[in-house]
Amino acid sequence: MIRVQREDFDVGRELYDLTAGKHSIGGIVSFVGVVRDFVGRERDKGAPVAAMTLEHYPAMTERQLADIEAQATSRWPLEASLIIHRFGRLEPGDHIVLVATAAAHREDAFAACQFLIDWLKTKAPFWKLEDTAEGAKWVAADVRDDTLAARWEKK
Amino acid sequence: MKVLYFAWVRTKIGLADETVSLPKSIETVGQFLQWLKSRGPGFAEALKDTKFIRVAVNQEFADDSVRLTDSDEVALFPPVTGG
Repeated sequence: MIRVQREDFDVGRELYDLTAGKHSIGGIVSFVGVVRDFVGRERDKGAPVAAMTLEHYPAMTERQLADIEAQATSRWPLEASLIIHRFGRLEPGDHIVLVATAAAHREDAFAACQFLIDWLKTKAPFWKLEDTAEGAKWVAADVRDDTLAARWEKK
Repeated sequence: MKVLYFAWVRTKIGLADETVSLPKSIETVGQFLQWLKSRGPGFAEALKDTKFIRVAVNQEFADDSVRLTDSDEVALFPPVTGG
């Protein structure tokens, strides 16, 4: 299931709704992406971030997320999966994304969840504009994300 | 052909979207990018280094060799940074 929305989500409620009554599920894994309050990778080196705005390409976002989820479903025996991604203005501490997977066995749920967030990071058309003391700056893509995504490419 | 611009590609070009008539000589994404560059200083600045430009044709990522027609929706944007 895919949702792209401006509003916040309640992680507990989402996980409950995703899996309630499905008694073949043995494990649920979730990843929640959150807005950090600094630029870059290290807090003592990065400028503070007061807010960020997430822009996206709606028609393509829906297609890409659906494709990525279909890939996960074809690779692992999932009982349920969910991707929620927010757009618009967000502040430090706000949720950005929720990826959740449920399977009979934990190793499938863990792998599929990691796959989903890794591919989402490099394939879903979202862009972050950070609001810092030095002005608004577009976040640059991180090559680490390409490396993390590439490990799931089929050889 | 409908063309969409996102993130800093949009701000440098100064447009979110436009409709362009594709010149007859333009057949591929690569040729289209070269042609766009010549349309003004904003385009030249945004497309200075096409290594930092991603292209989608009809909402699918497309490389320079993909062929274009007037009914396509083409989008230009920087490498994505969601999640």
